[in-house]
Amino acid sequence: MDLKFTPEEETFRGEVRAFFEAEVPKDIRAKLELGRRISKDDMVRWQKIMHRKGWGAPGWPKKFGGTGWNIVQQHIFEEERAACNAPPQNPFAQKMLAPVLQAFGNAAQQEYFLPRIISGEDWWCQGYSEPGSGSDLASLRTSAVRQGDHYIVNGQKTWNTMGQYADWIFALVRTSSEGRQQQGISFLLIDMKSPGVSVRPIIMLDGEHEINDIFFDNVKVPVQNLIGEENKGWTYAKFLLSHERSGNAGIGACKRALKKLKEIAAEQPANGKPLIEDSRFRDRIAQVEMELMALEITNLRVLSGFAKDQKALGPEVSMLKIKGSEIIQTLAELKMHALGHDALPYVREALDINWAGNAQLNAHYGSYAPPLSGQYFNQRKTTIYAGSTEVQKNIISQMILGL
Amino acid sequence: MEFDYTEEQLALQDTLQRFISRDYDFDKRKAILRSDLGFSAEAWKQYAELGLLSLPLPEAFGGLGGNAVDIMLVMEQFGQGLLMEPYLSSVVLCGGLLGDSGSEAMKQKLLPQIAEGSIKASLACYEAAGRYDLSHVACSAKRNSANWHLSGRKTVVLDGPSADTFMVAARSSGKTNDAAGVSLFLVPRDAKGLTVSGYPTQTGARAADLLLDDVVVGDDALIGDPGAALALIQRAVDRGIAALCAEAVGVMNALNKATLEYLKTRKQFGVAIGTFQALKHRMADMLIAAEQSRSMAVIAAVNADSKDAAERTRAIAAAKAYIGQAGRLVGQQAVQLHGGMGVVDEHIVSHYFKRLTMIDLTFGDADYHLGRFSDMLLSA
Repeated sequence: MDLKFTPEEETFRGEVRAFFEAEVPKDIRAKLELGRRISKDDMVRWQKIMHRKGWGAPGWPKKFGGTGWNIVQQHIFEEERAACNAPPQNPFAQKMLAPVLQAFGNAAQQEYFLPRIISGEDWWCQGYSEPGSGSDLASLRTSAVRQGDHYIVNGQKTWNTMGQYADWIFALVRTSSEGRQQQGISFLLIDMKSPGVSVRPIIMLDGEHEINDIFFDNVKVPVQNLIGEENKGWTYAKFLLSHERSGNAGIGACKRALKKLKEIAAEQPANGKPLIEDSRFRDRIAQVEMELMALEITNLRVLSGFAKDQKALGPEVSMLKIKGSEIIQTLAELKMHALGHDALPYVREALDINWAGNAQLNAHYGSYAPPLSGQYFNQRKTTIYAGSTEVQKNIISQMILGL
Repeated sequence: MEFDYTEEQLALQDTLQRFISRDYDFDKRKAILRSDLGFSAEAWKQYAELGLLSLPLPEAFGGLGGNAVDIMLVMEQFGQGLLMEPYLSSVVLCGGLLGDSGSEAMKQKLLPQIAEGSIKASLACYEAAGRYDLSHVACSAKRNSANWHLSGRKTVVLDGPSADTFMVAARSSGKTNDAAGVSLFLVPRDAKGLTVSGYPTQTGARAADLLLDDVVVGDDALIGDPGAALALIQRAVDRGIAALCAEAVGVMNALNKATLEYLKTRKQFGVAIGTFQALKHRMADMLIAAEQSRSMAVIAAVNADSKDAAERTRAIAAAKAYIGQAGRLVGQQAVQLHGGMGVVDEHIVSHYFKRLTMIDLTFGDADYHLGRFSDMLLSA
C-alpha cells in the first residue's frame, strides 16, 4: 500500500506539464481559464496538436495508435490537462466509441475509423437516448430494416451532445422486435451527411446550444457499418457505458474546479473580509474537498484493480460516476454561491471571449463571474446523463450486491 | 502507487480472520465483555504470539519495525471482529510514543515488555473541560529539587483500568491552553498519590479517570523534553486516529455484510425486503460510503508516519471527519434496515453500531476534524 508516485511517474508528469504549457494555444487556454465558450474549431485544433505530439489517443493501447499509458499515467495526464486549462478531447470518439471498435469492430472498421479519430478528421456524437427511452434505454424504437446491402433507419435520437458538429453518429437501433427488448438491438455507425438525417437544436437551461434532437428519415446505412453481430448491440452498448462512466469521475476537472473555487472565495468580499474567512462557507469547501480526496483514491483503486486483473470494467464504475457527478455539481454550486447576488446577472455575450465588458457590471463583477451561474445550471445534467444516479444505484444493488 | 496489501500482510490478515471466527465469535465476545477486564487475557497472549504486539515497534527493542499500513491491517480486523483488547492504547499509542520519543533506558526496559504483552500502557492526554483539545492541560507538573510533582485530573483514559503504566500529559509551564509547556511523564500504576477510577464505556471497553495528588516522579520518567511534548502527543494521537479509521472501515464492512444478508433473507409482504428499491438504494449508499472510507483510511495510514506535521494533519483530519460522517450513515442505516433486530442487544448489529458511534467521539469527532481541515484552507 503506497500512494506515492514513482520517480518515473513524476518525470512523466513533468513532461506532460511542459507540453501543455508550451503547446496549448493562448486563446483556447484563456477561454477555459475564464469559463468562456469553446468552439468545435478549438477542439479540433487541439486534437491536431495532440496528434502531432503522438498523444492523439491517450487512453488507447499502442496497437491502435494510442499512447499505451497505464491507469496512473492517464490519471496524471488528465490532472495536468485540467490544471493547465487544456481542452478535453471529444469523449464520444475517444472514450466511448473507440473501446467498442477496438473490442468488437472488424479490422476494416478499426483501420478506417480509429486513425480518423486520432487525426481529428471525424467528429463523433452519441445516438443512445430517445424521447421515450431514457433510463429504460433498451426500450428504444429507432428502427433499422435490412434491404440488400443497406439498413434503412427511421426514428429519433435525443440529447445528442455536440451533435450539431458531428460527421458521424454511433447509434443503437432496433433490428428485431422478437424476444426480450435487449435482444433486438444493433450498434450502427451512421454518416451524418446521409440524406434523411436532420438535426434540431435543444437549448439548455443555461441558454446554450449543447444538445440536439437527431431525426432519421429513411436513412440508408451500408451494412458494413454494423458493429459486431446484428441484435448483439446491447452487449456493446453496456460495454461502452462502463467506459463512459469510468471517465465520469473527472478527478482532474474536479481538482481544477476546487482550485478555482478557492481562488474565488479568497477574492470575493464578505463583510469586509475575504469570503474564505467565513467558516460557514469554508466548511462547505472543506466538505467537498474531503469527498474529492476520497474519490481520487477510490477511482485509482477501482481502475487499477481492473487493469491488474486484466478484467473488463465492471459495475464498480457506477460508484465513481455517482460520486464524481455529485462532486462536480457541488463545486459548481459553491462557485455560484460565492458570488452572492452577483450570480444574478445573465449576460449572454459575456460568455464570448471577445466580449469587451460592460462598465456597469465590471465595477462589481469579477472576470470569473459571467459563466458561474450557467455552469451550475448546466452541471445538473451530470447526475442524469450516462445513467442517472438512481440507475447507477440499481446497477450497484443488482450487480455488486446481488439484490 | 500500490493499493493492495503484500503477500505477507495478507497472510497475517488471514490468520486474524481465522482467529476471530474460532476464538472470538459473538457469544464468546459476550462472555469476554462480562469479565472483570472487559477483554480477553487469553487473546492478548495470542496476539503476542502472532507478533501483533511487536508489529509496529522498533526492531532494536524487540519489535518488527512495521508501519502504519501494518497497523491498518490489524485494526481493520479489530473492527471486523469487534475485538476488545487494548491494542490501540498499549501498542499503537504508547508503544509508538516510546519508540518515537522515549529515552534509551525507557525503550530498553518497556518496549520489549509491551511487545511481549507483559505490560500494558495507556495514554492520559485529555481533561474534562478541554473537549478534544490536546493543548488543554491543567494538570500541573512542578519541579522540586530533583523530582517532578504531578497534580490534577485526566479524563476518559482508554483502557485505564487494566493499564500497568500511564503516560500522563502535565503542564510544566505556561497557561492551561498554551501549546508550549506540556510535558509527558511515565507514571506507574502503583505510584503513590495516583487514583484510578475505572468504568465501562458504551461498547463495553473500559476507561478510567485519573486523579493525581502530588505524584512524585524523577527526570527519568520524562518522555521527550520538558515543555515540548504537545507535538509528540499530537503525533501519537494522529497515528491512533489512522488506526481508528481502519477499525471503522472494518466495522462498516462487517455491518454492510450483515445488513446485505438480512435484506436477502428477511421476508415481508411475501418477498425478501431487499427487493424494495428504497432499501436497495440505501444499501448502495452504504457500500459507497464504506469504499470511500477505505480510501480515506489508506490516506490516513500512509501519512500517519509522516514527520511533516501539516501534511499529516491534513490527511488525518480529513480522514477522521469523513469516516465519522460515513460511519454515522452506515451505522444508522444498518440499524434502520434491520428494523427491530437493529435495536436489540442480542444481535451483533447494535454492537457494531455502538462501536462506530464511539469511534467518531474518540480523538475528535467529525465536526472537530472538519474544522481542523477547513482551517488549514486559510493557510493554503
